[in-house]
Amino acid sequence: MSDPLVKVRDLKIGATVYPPGEKPKEIEIVHGVDFDLKKGEVLGLIGESGAGKSTIGLATMAYGRGGVEITGGEVWVNGRDILQSGLRDVRRLRGGEVTYVSQSAAASFNPAKKIMEQVTEAAIRHNKFSRREAESRAVDLFTRLGLPNPETIGNRYPHQVSGGQLQRCMTALALCPEPDLVVFDEPTTALDVTTQIDVLAAIKEAIRDTGVAALYITHDLAVVAQVSDHIMVLRMGDMVEYGTTDQIINAPKEDYTRALVSVRSIKHVEKPPTPEPVLSVRNITARYAGTRFDVLHDVTVDLHPGQTLAIVGESGSGKSTLARVITGLLPPREGRIDFAGRSLSPDLAGRSREDLRELQMIYQMADVAMNPRQTVGTIIGRPLEFYFGLKGREKQKRIQELLDAIELGDGFQDRYPAELSGGQKQRVCIARALAAKPKMIICDEVTSALDPLVADGILKLLLNLQKIEDVAYLFITHDLATVRAIADSIAVMYQGRVQRYGGKTEVLSPPFDDYTDLLLSSVPEMKLGWLEEVIAHRKMESAGH
Amino acid sequence: MKNIPVSAMIGLFFTALYFLMAIFAPLLAPYGMAEVVGGVWEPSSEQFLLGTDSIGRDLLSRMIYGGRTTIFIATAATLISFVTGSILGFLAAVSGGWIDQALSRFVDLIMSIPTLIFALVVLSVMPVTVPVLILVMGLLDSTRVYRLARAVAVDITVMDYVEAARLRGEKTAWIIFREILPNALSPLVAEMGLRFIFAVLFVSTLSFLGLGVQPPQADWGGIVKENKEGIVYGIPAALVPAFAIATLAISVNLVADWVLNRTTSLKGGRG
Amino acid sequence: MSQILKLLAQRIALSLLLLFLVSILIFAGTIILPGDVAQSILGQSATPEALANLRAELGLNDPPLTRYFAWLGGILQGDLGTALTSGQSIADAIGTRLGNTFFLAFWAALVAVPLAIFLGLLAVRYRDRWPDKLISAVTLTSISIPEFLIGYVLMYFISVRLGWFPSVAMINDGMNLGQKLNAIALPVMVLTLVVLAHMMRMTRAAILNVMQSAYIETAELKGLSGFDVIRKHAFPNAIAPIVNVVMLNLAYLVVGVVVIEVVFVYPGMGQYLVDHVSKRDVPVVQACGLIFAAVYIGLNMIADVVSILTNPRLRHPK
Repeated sequence: MSDPLVKVRDLKIGATVYPPGEKPKEIEIVHGVDFDLKKGEVLGLIGESGAGKSTIGLATMAYGRGGVEITGGEVWVNGRDILQSGLRDVRRLRGGEVTYVSQSAAASFNPAKKIMEQVTEAAIRHNKFSRREAESRAVDLFTRLGLPNPETIGNRYPHQVSGGQLQRCMTALALCPEPDLVVFDEPTTALDVTTQIDVLAAIKEAIRDTGVAALYITHDLAVVAQVSDHIMVLRMGDMVEYGTTDQIINAPKEDYTRALVSVRSIKHVEKPPTPEPVLSVRNITARYAGTRFDVLHDVTVDLHPGQTLAIVGESGSGKSTLARVITGLLPPREGRIDFAGRSLSPDLAGRSREDLRELQMIYQMADVAMNPRQTVGTIIGRPLEFYFGLKGREKQKRIQELLDAIELGDGFQDRYPAELSGGQKQRVCIARALAAKPKMIICDEVTSALDPLVADGILKLLLNLQKIEDVAYLFITHDLATVRAIADSIAVMYQGRVQRYGGKTEVLSPPFDDYTDLLLSSVPEMKLGWLEEVIAHRKMESAGH
Repeated sequence: MKNIPVSAMIGLFFTALYFLMAIFAPLLAPYGMAEVVGGVWEPSSEQFLLGTDSIGRDLLSRMIYGGRTTIFIATAATLISFVTGSILGFLAAVSGGWIDQALSRFVDLIMSIPTLIFALVVLSVMPVTVPVLILVMGLLDSTRVYRLARAVAVDITVMDYVEAARLRGEKTAWIIFREILPNALSPLVAEMGLRFIFAVLFVSTLSFLGLGVQPPQADWGGIVKENKEGIVYGIPAALVPAFAIATLAISVNLVADWVLNRTTSLKGGRG
Repeated sequence: MSQILKLLAQRIALSLLLLFLVSILIFAGTIILPGDVAQSILGQSATPEALANLRAELGLNDPPLTRYFAWLGGILQGDLGTALTSGQSIADAIGTRLGNTFFLAFWAALVAVPLAIFLGLLAVRYRDRWPDKLISAVTLTSISIPEFLIGYVLMYFISVRLGWFPSVAMINDGMNLGQKLNAIALPVMVLTLVVLAHMMRMTRAAILNVMQSAYIETAELKGLSGFDVIRKHAFPNAIAPIVNVVMLNLAYLVVGVVVIEVVFVYPGMGQYLVDHVSKRDVPVVQACGLIFAAVYIGLNMIADVVSILTNPRLRHPK
C-alpha cells in the first residue's frame, strides 16, 4: 500500500511564555501526538482552547507562530520529513503542497492588494499555473464557493467585500494552487450562524470536488462532524481519542469525549408566565448619539419574576443595545420601562440606588469586567458595602457565603483576577451581581467566551441560583443551544426588531416566520449528515417557491 | 525587591546617588559655588579633582551645585507637568463632551509649535528667573502628560469594570481614584521618568543658550556655556556636564523601562 | 475619490487654521510684555516725549486687535516688520539665513533618513539579537544627551583632537559646494546623530507592527521568500507609517537646528532667533517663531496627507 499523505509521529511542540514578574519559561504545549492522513481524507482536530490544535495544524507546514517551536518528532508530508528539510523545501511545501485557511480572513488578507492577486499568488509563485490559468481557476473557485459576481470579485480590495465572502475568498486562496492538503483553522468561528452554514457547505463541497485532503480544526464538535471522516479529540496537548466521525459522535469511548458530545444536556422545563412581570419593556425605539438610524424599533418584551427571558439574535440585531437601554446607559428615543412595579428613569443619573441594586449585570468578558488591581474579596465586597453598609466581620462572612454559593470555597478572597481561570472569573462576576440581592440580572453573552464544558457549568450554576434566590435573568445570546437549555420565554431579534416572542416551546415550534426558520435550521446539530439535510431542504424549498 | 533586574538596580543606584548629591550639595562640595580658588582651566589635580573652570573656580564644586539646580528645576517642572497634565487628562476622559473637546483642541494647538521655539518666544517677553523657568517648562510639558493620561484613561473608562461601577451608582471621584488611577499608575510613572529626563535636557539647553539659569548660579547647561571656548584649545571642561547629564538620563531611563515592562507583563500575563 | 479629496481638503484647512491660531498665540506675547517695546529700544534714560513719539510711530497706542491685523497683513505681504535692535527689515535679514538653515537641514536629512531606515530594517531583521541590542543601546545613550553636548563632544574629538573638520561652521556666498559641505560636516554629523536614534526606533516599531499582522503570516505560509514577503506584503503597508516617522523627525530636526547653529556659530535662523531672544527683540522673535512653527505644522501635514493617500480603504471606497 502507498504511504499516507501525512504521517505525524510523536510530535512535540514547545513555547516560550512570559509570566508576569518572572523570567521567560520554556513549556511544552503538545506532548507527542501521532496521526495519519490519506489523500482526499478529512481529519477533524477538536478541543478546547489550549488543546494545541492550531499548533498541530501549523506544524504540518513546519511553521510555529510567535515563540512556538517544534521540539521533537516527525512530520512526513508526501514522503519526506519536513522537520528535517531545508528552508527551500519547506517554502516549496508551504503554499504549494499544503495551504492554510485562518479564522480571520479579514486580517489575513493584505489590505493594500486586490483579492485576485492574493488568491493566485501562491499558484504562480510555485509555478503550478501561469497567471492566466491561475486567474481562470480562481474564477472557477469563486463560482463553486457561491461568491456573487465571480468574474469581477477578484478585482476588489479585501475591505470591499463582507466577512462571509472574504472567508470564502480565503478558501479559494487555499485551493487555487491545487494543494494536497488544506489546513482549515476555525474557518467559520468568527461568522454568524446563518452565514456559517453557507460557508461550511461551500467548503465541504469544494473539498469533495477537488479531492483535496484537509485538517479541519475547530472547537465545535457539531461543525466538525459535518465535514470530517475521522476526528481526533485533543486536550491540553494530548490526544484523548481518535476514531471515525461516526464512532466519536455516536459511541465515544472516553469520558471527556462523552462530555463534549453531550454538552447542553441540561433539561429545563419552561415555567408559565406570572400575572405581574418584574420588567416590562414597552415600545422602545433607540439610536446612538450622533447617528441617524434607529438600532431598536418598537421593542416590547416582559420578564417574569424568577424566570429567564432569552434575547436571541446575530451580530447587529440590537440585542446588546437593548441591554444598554434597560440599564440606562442609552436613554431611548421613545417607549418606557417598568421595573418591579415602578417606572424606571430613562437615564442612569435619574435612577435611585434601589433601582440600581435590584438590576444587576454580568458581562461576556469576565476578564475586563473586573478591576485587575482589586482582589476577589474587594470585588464582591464592594456592593455589600455600597448597598447594605456591611463592614468588617459581617462583610467577610457574607463574602464567604457568596463564594460558597458560586462553588469556589476558601482561599479565593485574597486572589487577583489574573490568578483565576476563565470559568472562575465568570463565577466571581456572578457573585458580585448576587451580592446586591437583585430582582433581575442581565446576562450579556456570559458563556460565549468560555469553553463548552466550562460554559455548561456556569449555566447549571445560574439555573441553580435562580431557584434559590428567585432572581430573573434577561439572557442575551447568539447561541440557540444555550437558549434551549435555560429559557422560559424567548424573543428573537433581527435588525433591531423583535421578530418572534413568546414562551420557549411556542417560539421553537412551527410554524416559523422566515428568519426564525433560517436561524433555527442553521444551528449545527450533533449528528451526521445534518448539513446535507438542511441544504437539500433549502434547495427544495427555494425550488418550490 | 529580589525581582528587580540588574539594569534597573544600576539605574536606581545612580538615580539615588545623583539625588542625594543634589540634596547634600553644601556638605559634599569641597569649595564654594562661586569661589575663585585657582588659575583658569587648571587640569585635574589632587586639589581640584576635575580641574578649574574658565575663571578659576573648582569645577567639581560647580558640578555638584549645578546638579542641585538642574535636578531641582527638572523635578519641580516634572511635578507641575504631571499634576496639571494628569488631572486635566483624567477629567477630559471621564467627562467627555465639550470639556474633553475644548481641552484636547487647546493642547493640539500648543503642541503644533515646537516646545523649544514656544519657550523661546515666551522667554523673550518674560523675566528669566527660576520660578518662571519652572512654570514655563512644566506647563509646556504638561501637554504631553495630558495626552498620555487622557489616552490611558479613555482606554480604561471603556472597560466593563468601569461600566459596572457606574451601573452600581458609584460617584465620579470613586471611579477616578479607585477604578482608573490604580490601573493608570504604572504607565504614568514610567512616563514621569521620561518627562524628568526631558526636563533635565530642556533646562540644560536653555541655560546653554543663555536663557535659563543666570550666572553666577551654576547649572549643568550653564557650565557648558561658561567653558565652551576651552574646547577649541583642547580643554575638555565643557564635556564634564555631558557625562553627568548622560549618566543621570540613562539611569532614569533604565528605571522607567523597568516600570513600563512590569506594566506590560501584567497586562499580557492573563493567558 | 471624492471622499479622499474631502479628507485632504479638511487636513490642509486644519493646518491653515492651526497656523492662524499659532500666529495669534505668538502675537499675544507682546501684550503680556512687562514694560514696553519703546522703553526697551530707548533704554531707561529716555525722555517721556521721545517715548511717546516712538510709541505713536510703532503704533503701540492702537488697540491690540488692530496691531495684530496690521502685523498679520504685513506678514502675508512678505513684510515681517523691523528689528528693534538694528532697525533693519527682518525679512531681509532672514532671507539668506533661512536658506542657510534649510541647506544644513537638507544635508542632515539626506544622511539621516536613509541611514535611519536602513538601521531600522537591520534591527528588525536581527530582532532581539546583538545588532538590535547594540543599536538600541546606542540610541538610548544618544537620546539621553542634549544636542549641544553631542556637538561639543564631536567638536572636541573630531575637530580639535583629530583636526578633520573646522570647529566653526562659517559659510558665505563666495564658497563653492565642496567648501560649504566641508564647513557643515560636523553640524550635519551632530544633527544626524540627534535624529537618528528617534527615527530608527520609530522605524523599527512601525515595521515590526506591520510584520506582526496576520497577512504577513499568510504570505509566509504561501512559501514566499523572506525578501518577497517584505517587498510585496510588508512594504506597501509600511510606507505610510515610515513617512510619518520621517516627517515627525524632520520636524524634530528643525528644532535641533536652532541649538546646533549656536554651537557651531552657523549663520542661520536658529542663531538669529536665539540672539534676539536674549536682546528681547520681540518682532524678530515673533517672525522667527512663526516661521519655525509653519515649517513644523507643514511637515506634520505632509505626514497626514501621505497616510491619507496610501490608505487602501480611502483609495478604494466600497
